[in-house]
This record gives sequence, C-alpha cells and structure tokens, in this order.
Amino acid sequence: MAKVLIPTPLRQFADKQDHVELNGSSVGEVLGELTTRFPDLRKQLFNDEGKLRSFVNVYLNDEDIRYLQKDATAVASGDTLSIVPSIAGGAPETTGAWAGGI
Amino acid sequence: MTTLAAPTAELTKDEILRYSRHLILPEVGMDGQLKLKQAKVLMVGAGGLGAPLGLYLAASGVGRIGIVDFDVVDFTNLQRQVIHGTKDVGRKKLDSAADSMLDINPYMQVDKFDVALSSENALEIIKDYDMVVDGTDNFPTRYLINDACVILKKPNVYGSIFRFEGQGTVYAYPGGTIDGKQYVQGPCYRCSYPEPPPPGLVPSCAEGGVLGILPGIIGLMQATEAVKLILGVGEPLIGRLVLYDALAMRFREMKVRRNPECPVCGDHPTITELIDYHQFCGVPNPQEVQAMAAPSPGYVSDTEIDAVALKAKLDRGDKFQFIDVREPHEYQIARIPGAKLIPLNDVPKRIGELDPEAETVVHCKMGGRSAKAADFLRAQGFKHVKNMLGGILAWSDKVDPSVPKY
Repeated sequence: MAKVLIPTPLRQFADKQDHVELNGSSVGEVLGELTTRFPDLRKQLFNDEGKLRSFVNVYLNDEDIRYLQKDATAVASGDTLSIVPSIAGGAPETTGAWAGGI
Repeated sequence: MTTLAAPTAELTKDEILRYSRHLILPEVGMDGQLKLKQAKVLMVGAGGLGAPLGLYLAASGVGRIGIVDFDVVDFTNLQRQVIHGTKDVGRKKLDSAADSMLDINPYMQVDKFDVALSSENALEIIKDYDMVVDGTDNFPTRYLINDACVILKKPNVYGSIFRFEGQGTVYAYPGGTIDGKQYVQGPCYRCSYPEPPPPGLVPSCAEGGVLGILPGIIGLMQATEAVKLILGVGEPLIGRLVLYDALAMRFREMKVRRNPECPVCGDHPTITELIDYHQFCGVPNPQEVQAMAAPSPGYVSDTEIDAVALKAKLDRGDKFQFIDVREPHEYQIARIPGAKLIPLNDVPKRIGELDPEAETVVHCKMGGRSAKAADFLRAQGFKHVKNMLGGILAWSDKVDPSVPKY
C-alpha cells in the first residue's frame, strides 16, 4: 500500500480526503487506482491524451517522477506519493484556477 | 521613485545600536550588516506575502528595497496584509507600505514603482536589484518574473499560497551547488511547472479564500531566504521546494531539479526574451479588460443583464429562474432575495430542477462563475440564459447597499 497525499485544491474531487492508501506497484498503477476511486480527479490530473498535466507534479517520496521513470516508476509499500499542483496564490475570478487570495 | 537616506558603506552610531542583536551574532556581525545595508531587493507585490516581507526586510536593515504595486488598500486586505492599517484604506499600497517600512527603519531607501510589472518594463526595473522576491498573486506575473530573473541571472525568491497551504523555494539562483553538483543557474519556475493551469479547469472563486496568517509564514520564509542569500550563510532553499500545510502544521520538502530541456534555463533555451504572459497563461490582460467600457446602468442583452436591469425585472414580477451558483458558506454571508442556490459544481447533477425552456438568470459573487454556469446551461440546450454582470458585489454597489460585500 502506498500513501497518496491529495492537495487542498483537489480534495473537492476526492470526497474531501487529504490522503488515501492505495495498491499498485508503479506510479501509473497507483494513480490509476486513485482515479478509479475518484473519477472526477481524472480530468484534473490528466490531459485528453492521458498524460499527466504539466502544472501537476507527482513526487515519489521527495523525488519528482519526471526525473525517475515517470509512470513506470516502481512504488514500494510504505512509499508516499505527493500530488503538488502549481498555485499562484491569490487572484480574482478572472485570473484562473487554483489561485487563493493574496 | 523616492529616494531617502542613501545607504553608505558604514554604520552610524544610531544604526549600530539599532542592529545590535545582529552585530553580536557572529553569522551576521558588522560585515553581514554592511552587506544587508548595501543589498538591493525588489519586492513584486505589497499584498499578503509582501506585507511581512517588507516589514522584516526593512527592520533587518536591507538598505534598498524596491516595491512594484499599483493596487489600492481595501478593507478585505486587512485580514492578512499587516503592512497596511485601517487608516490606509483607499491609499496606494505602495505609499502605505513605504510609510510602514520607513517608520520601522528610516535608515533605508524605498523605491516605488507604481506600475503593473510587464514584459515592457520588467527587465529595466529588475536589473538594478540583486534579487527579486515574488509576492504576486497570479500566474502571468509569476512566469514573467521567472523568465526575467533567468535572463538577468538574478535569484527569484518564490512563495505562493492557497487556502491553508503554501510553497516556497529559491529559483534561478546563479551559480551554487545542489547535491554537490555545480550549476550555472539553479532550477527555475518553469523547470518545476512548465505551464500554468488553464483558466477555468477548477472553479477558483468557490475554492478561494486564504487563512490570514498563512502569507505571514510563507512571506517570512521568503524573507529568511533573501537575508541568507545576502549574508551568504546557511543552506539556501535552492533545488528544494518547501510545502507547508497549516492545518496539519507540517513542513515537507521536495527536490526541484533543473530541467535540461527547460525552454528558458535549459541547455538550449528557446525563450530568450520576454513574451506575452497573459497569452501564455490563457487569461485576459487585466488592463485591457479595464479599458473596455462598462455597460451603462440598466444594460440587458440576450446573454447578459446588469444589476439595475435585474432589479427592474424582479420589481416587474417577470417570471424567470433565478440561480445563485455560489457556495453555501457564501450564501450565508449575503444573498439576493429570490435567488435559488445551486453551487456551480452541483449544476450538472441538479440540472433536472431547471426548465430549459424558461428564461434563466445566473449570478455569483463577481460574474465569473456564473458565466461558466451560463455557458454550461446553454450547451445543455437552455434557450434563454443571462449572466448577471458583476454578481452580488454589483448588486450591493448599484441596487442594495445593505447587502454586505465580502
């Protein structure tokens, strides 16, 4: 079981959970489990070609999976996967998503 | 640009007393304090992050601080922007921030830039400073600062916040080592995030709001890094992204690697000058939006209606579906009588409660979310959907001032 940490902006698509424990031997499998459990998350994390969106980073423990083997990166029991989206920190409605309120 | 006492290469007797607790700290000492006095830091934004940054960098004795901000203090800022006071509401943030900083420390210089940082002025403004501290609140300016810092080889002390979470790191640091490896320039913002989220993917306004204390923590993390870079002490936050979760009170750390294929700082950069960052982020340029003439009171079209026309419509007793797409906690704060609450995210699953043939007016806080709801309803075959311009804020301004603004 790997622990997946869900960031604040995405919790609304994941039953307000801040983390879930999921099975899977690779990053791709774990994220597949995640989006099976929370289908609304799929559109947030992946583009139409099924690729991880470029403003969403996934870290296996403290390493960015882009610098490991991406989706194929092996996941061991006890590992933590963190989803870390880009946040701009504060903006009115016009400036787009995931902006908080500086 | 205001110039007060220009810093000199030595401390006066009064300054020695003022900086006593730094001077007796071996890691700072006289040499360090003089480095601070000669340092030139540019703060972009005098808001949530800029407030603690400005106060503490001034108190620390940074000799010259530039501030870029064109905004005016309003009441909603005071919950977190502690550099401004109630008496400053209506003043330029630039003036209010400079006054607070010079009150704390008159032995420094504040340069005021009353502009929006843009592709036209960024290089000219930034080039005179040693580093930039990014206290902005939007993606276009963040990418602009990043690219300008990479081009000018200046460190970008980055921080951002969202509700209860914050992030901080030092981007684009020229030189330095990560994991024992020497870099020409440290990883940049684009190495972490090549592109911003497209606008509208996630409803932002519904998810908006920020814990007032949060920018204090993140802004002071940035101030700490700025001071460390100036002094050359400790381990700078280069190649590491600190994530802070206020609710869990937990700091975590992720590695940030330089991407050799980064279009700006990579081995073969394709972006070597500043670009149009609003276009890059897919958002309208706020200054162009502002330049568009506001419709005159009583404006109504097939797709839009303003507050005054909506009031007249309600007074006439017209039959129509009136939908408020804000969140329940916002509805608790203020509402327009007669509106039915269906939060934006619930519209798809509650669409059966609505009649696609009937006239429909949708509203939210400012008009952004309701525009999305209107587009969605039209796509679902609703024939007569109008978006209320300016939302409940316009209602409070133009129709009923007793409705609180938030």
